[in-house]
Formats: sequence, C-alpha cells, structure tokens
Amino acid sequence: MAETVNGIAFAILAGAAILGAVGMLTTRNVIHAAFWLLESMIAVGGLYLLLQAEYLAVVHVLVYAGAVSVLMLFVIMLTLRRREDSVRPVEVSVAGAVMAFVFGGVVFAAIAAYGDRVAEMPETAPDTAALGELLFTRWALPFEVASLVLLIALVAAVWWSREDKR
Amino acid sequence: MMQVGPSAFMALAAVLFSLGLYGAVARKSAVMVLMSLELMAVAVSLNMVALSRFVTPTEMTGQVFTIFTMVVSAAEIGLGLALVLAIYRQTRSIELTRMDTLKG
Repeated sequence: MAETVNGIAFAILAGAAILGAVGMLTTRNVIHAAFWLLESMIAVGGLYLLLQAEYLAVVHVLVYAGAVSVLMLFVIMLTLRRREDSVRPVEVSVAGAVMAFVFGGVVFAAIAAYGDRVAEMPETAPDTAALGELLFTRWALPFEVASLVLLIALVAAVWWSREDKR
Repeated sequence: MMQVGPSAFMALAAVLFSLGLYGAVARKSAVMVLMSLELMAVAVSLNMVALSRFVTPTEMTGQVFTIFTMVVSAAEIGLGLALVLAIYRQTRSIELTRMDTLKG
C-alpha cells in the first residue's frame, strides 16, 4: 500500500492558494494585494509539507512570506505619495484573459491526456539530511554559483536604489 | 478518501500560473506585475516538488531545482523592486503606461 496525499488537506490548501491568487488579482488596493499574495504563499508552503518537503516548506515561508512580502510592502509604501494612491482603478485586460485561458486550457488538456501515468506515491521519502548531503556533494558547484548570483543581485540592488548624487 | 495524484498538483500549478500570467499582462502597476511574476515562479516550483516526490523521490532533483529557482526569483524580485524605486525617483510614478520614453 503506497502512501497517499490527504485529499481534504490538499483541497483546503489548494483552495487557499487559488483564493489568494484571485484575491490578489481582483482587489483594487495594492497593499491588500500584497497580503493576498502572502496568504497564497503560506498555502503553497503547506502543500510542500504535504509532499514531505519539510526543508523547502520552511524556506518557502521564510523567503516568500517573510522577505519578499515585506520587500513588496516597503516598496509599495515608499512609492505612494498619498494614502489614496493605493486604491487603483479596476484594470481588465481581455487579451490577457484570452492568453491565460488558452495557456491554462492547453496545459489542462495535456494533464488530462498524460497526467496520471504515475498515480501512486512512492513510500520512501528521504529527509532533510539527505537533501543537504545531496546539495553539498552532487550539486555543490551550482550551489556556489547560486550564492554568487545572490551576492551580485544584492550589490546591484543597493547600487540601483541608492540616492542620486548629481 | 480522495486519491490525490500528481495530476492534481499539476492542475493547481496550471491554475496558479494562468492567474499569474493574467496579472502580469493586465495590471498597470509595476509592483503588481512583479507580484504576478512571483506567483508564476511559485507555480513552477510546486510542479517540480510534486513531480519529484511522485516520480524520483530518492534523487530529489526537483527539490534541488526548486532551491535554485527560489534563489533566482529572490534575486529577480530584489533587482525588480530596486529598479522600481529608481524609476520612481526619476519620474515620480510606477505606472507602466507612463514608461514610454523609448516609444517611437
């Protein structure tokens, strides 16, 4: 008997993730949109837990729900001149809706056609220690490159956002 | 109890990605577009983690790739927001419709 994902937990978390995304797209207030995104990200972290990716779940909540959302809120508040500016007119794009529907439809058709080749969850799931060992042996070089990418991005972000001294 | 296979996760990721795609095209605020991009990146990550769990659980390639995706999207969001701040300093606006300096 192979392991399964709890259907009820999946339904709740998936509903929360989609609700957050829809809320982000439909709210007129930019600050509310940032909080909807936060809710959606926490739900996705819960989905990672369901998939027994504990390390990723924690890092996901830390990075997306913690750092990225706070950064978003900071930039939103720094770029608002008045409080009323956070409420925006309703923005509807027919072309965007068509594009998203076509893309989603194609992907859904592909999933319906080929999705259930593997339906059962394998029983063995390695733990965080195995992930760490893999990361520092087989993926050591990409890991170092990733840290360089972060360093360069950090320096560039400081460089771009500093005050002009003209 | 419902059986939740990888296709359920793939369907959810497709929904999240489509919503992010719509947001990236439709919204006119630069910060909102960046938020939508984050949503799309997360949808792809969810796919990778789910398929890694269902198909090759012992190699964890999907989880390692998700870590790298996270690094890249964190760098992207940092640079994107720094750019938004720099543009705001220049033009006092972050509306994408007003960034038309190069328009012929």
